[in-house]
Amino acid sequence: MTLSILLVVSAALFSIGLLAALSRRHAIFILIGIEMMLAAANINFIAFWRFVPAPALPTGVMVVIFAIAIAAAEAAVGLAMVIAVYRHFRTTDVDQLNQLKG
Amino acid sequence: MNTAAFALIAIFTITFALAAATNPRLMHAALSFAVMYIGIAAFFFLLGAEFVGLVQVFVYVGAVAVLIVFTILLTRRDVGERHEFKWGGVAVAIAVFVGLVWAILKTTSIAVAPPVAKALTVKQVGEALMVSYVWPLLCVGVLLTAALIGALILVMEDKPS
Repeated sequence: MTLSILLVVSAALFSIGLLAALSRRHAIFILIGIEMMLAAANINFIAFWRFVPAPALPTGVMVVIFAIAIAAAEAAVGLAMVIAVYRHFRTTDVDQLNQLKG
Repeated sequence: MNTAAFALIAIFTITFALAAATNPRLMHAALSFAVMYIGIAAFFFLLGAEFVGLVQVFVYVGAVAVLIVFTILLTRRDVGERHEFKWGGVAVAIAVFVGLVWAILKTTSIAVAPPVAKALTVKQVGEALMVSYVWPLLCVGVLLTAALIGALILVMEDKPS
């Protein structure tokens, strides 16, 4: 197991998240794709932290803890917005949300 | 570091990520999403960041997955997603993946085995959080409070006047 194979797995996860964010029509799954991309970035942080010659300081771990907290806040606000949009338009299909003035 | 364990976890995580990204049934995709996070937490355990792995399981499998399932149930009217797929998104995702893999494999300096490291204890993490990273920690606390109040205001029912 080398750093590059770990980065390849993380790149695959990022691309799957991008695929979900770009090709799904349901708003919740666009959020899920964004969360997947954030998780891929977290794997990269931990991998680079682990592969420096002497990982004495827990810098990478700290970054990932803060990233998880901010991603959780983003998920909460995003899902609240999905519910608010659903109340207004009666749909969560992002292709039908095409009017700026409700 | 165990190569077999790494391969197993990688296949597990990628499989469930693909299932979450492409399954047209919303509830199944949301559950695959939750299971994918267990695979990612296993990566963190394998890399010696046990605390982060545990936090990941608590936050995502515990909280965010429940939140997503609740949102699906609350917006259930159009549960059947139209099944056609946007192939433009697939093309962009494959192009990004090929580009990233090309860049990673071209960089020879990162094809190294991990150095031997002593384990990071929770005590060290706690000391770092409370000493060097105390201001970011407080800022994240304020951010979480503001985000949750904002989420509540967003979904609040309009009072009939």
